[in-house]
Amino acid sequence: MNTNEKKTAPAGNEPEMAVTIAGVTFKNPVFTCSGCYGAGQEYSEFIDLSKLGAVTAKGIADVPWEGNPTPRVCEIPSGMMNCIGLQNPGVKVFKERDLPFLREQNTGVIVNVVGHEEDEYLRVIDALQDEEGIDLLEINISCPNVKNGGLSLGTDPKQVEAITRACKEHAKQPVMMKLSPNVTDIKEIAKAAEAGGADAVSLINSLTGMKIDVERQTFVLANKTGGMSGPAIHPLAVRMVYEASHAVHIPVVGMGGIVKAEDAIEMMLAGASAVSVGMANFVNPYAPLEILDGMKQYLIRHGIRDVNEIVGAVH
Amino acid sequence: MKIKETARVVSQEMISEGIYSLTLSVSFANQIRAGQFVSLFLNDRSRMLPRPISVCETNPEKKTMRLVYRVTGPEKGTAELAELTAGDGVDVLGPLGNGFPLDAAAGKRILLVGGGIGIPPMLMSCEQLLAFPEDKRPEKVTFAVGYRTDDTYLLDDLKRRADVLVSTDDGSLGTHGTVIDAIREGQADADVMFACGPKPMLRAVKTYCEEKGIVCYVSMEERMACGVGVCLGCVCRTTDVNDYSKVKNARVCKDGPVFNAEEVDLT
Repeated sequence: MNTNEKKTAPAGNEPEMAVTIAGVTFKNPVFTCSGCYGAGQEYSEFIDLSKLGAVTAKGIADVPWEGNPTPRVCEIPSGMMNCIGLQNPGVKVFKERDLPFLREQNTGVIVNVVGHEEDEYLRVIDALQDEEGIDLLEINISCPNVKNGGLSLGTDPKQVEAITRACKEHAKQPVMMKLSPNVTDIKEIAKAAEAGGADAVSLINSLTGMKIDVERQTFVLANKTGGMSGPAIHPLAVRMVYEASHAVHIPVVGMGGIVKAEDAIEMMLAGASAVSVGMANFVNPYAPLEILDGMKQYLIRHGIRDVNEIVGAVH
Repeated sequence: MKIKETARVVSQEMISEGIYSLTLSVSFANQIRAGQFVSLFLNDRSRMLPRPISVCETNPEKKTMRLVYRVTGPEKGTAELAELTAGDGVDVLGPLGNGFPLDAAAGKRILLVGGGIGIPPMLMSCEQLLAFPEDKRPEKVTFAVGYRTDDTYLLDDLKRRADVLVSTDDGSLGTHGTVIDAIREGQADADVMFACGPKPMLRAVKTYCEEKGIVCYVSMEERMACGVGVCLGCVCRTTDVNDYSKVKNARVCKDGPVFNAEEVDLT
């Protein structure tokens, strides 16, 4: 059977794993990254989603988006690049098909919201206002693969503050702004989100890269550039989570190349209140639960009773 | 049910220039349907993405599956796979994708069309069709396979099971030209066609089937990441709005790799 299943930590001295972000309590700090988990259905064939802190659904827009041409993905050393272009079925289908599934999973639900311009984001947020079972809205102002909106909104502090404020005015759920690493100073962007009223920030989105096929002398990805993810970008993510968490007073959800428990612990020591697992799922569908288990064992090994004690412990 | 596990290498051999036959012991061997694929992970952990490879044959009793694949270059992950020898471990995720709709061939005349490294899943399709109970068995199974040269592979395995029409790009064996040329030359009538191969071949197959009124299923190929339908990396264009995506594309890894040729835009 499943050779990847590890023994769980012994009962009795289980450390406290619950974390609270923007007033919402999650059973543990291991979430999944938007775009790497669909709306949970596919990976529910491999793991019990109720064991996760939260599932972050793939970015959803006001209408269906076709995304970019293929090839959309390629490998890089210790990671990958993608230029999916936020293909999604639109918020109507999400509400009718995906959200009901997520509600039944007894796990945290984070809905990632995308758009080209402010009005599009707000239409999605409005459409989700009266939906039950959404713990957080994650506003994606950092996708490197769509021309307007996404990244261009997320790299200017003034625009970040303005869109955050607008989202907050419309949202009934707490709002977490997802930030881009493709900026000179992440501290300024995080502060702008906080100034706009964000309840939390999440980072990092993928880092813009490029790969050229030297034999064919062409770009490997159809979009020429793509977002880098995976362990290759982990140290950069740790640095940015550290900087952002020291710049703001709101919680930071850390992500970027987490593939094992030590990576998650490292991210929390740097200042993250919770972590998200992305590309690791593609390599090992059991990764989030193995990471969670490894975190518990780390806490036991270090005599730490509550996972919250390690948040920002290295500074 | 899909699973990721460490498979053991039973054997591996090079069966033609750059073409390898790898037999692995896997717990899910008896669940694999013809046209499905598995993802292989490299032991070089800096190369993280799985390599999707279609299944050529299974042995449910021995719980093994046979993969036949091409090494695509010295720096490619497939070159590392070619180094595997009996007893080695390799991580596998599978079975993945939908597979060919074998029931569509029940009682019919079927052509199994493979181009190059698209040939292996045709062997398994034939195997599973011939294993149908007598009343469902296809009236006739014929292979049509295209190679670059007379340096062929799997040809004896195919011939043992059914009639084979062969084409080669250089004319060194069989019909000089494409598989479609071989099918026309062999006057192989059919009601249903399953095809796997490069996109230009699939395009020609689709056109031929439209012309002859043959029901046609094609196995698509696209660069993949997750292999299970979440990342939307491996989509192909569809002629109509897809039921899952709500746009004109479908996931090759999850909704496919096999599609009714009418559903996919091969232009």
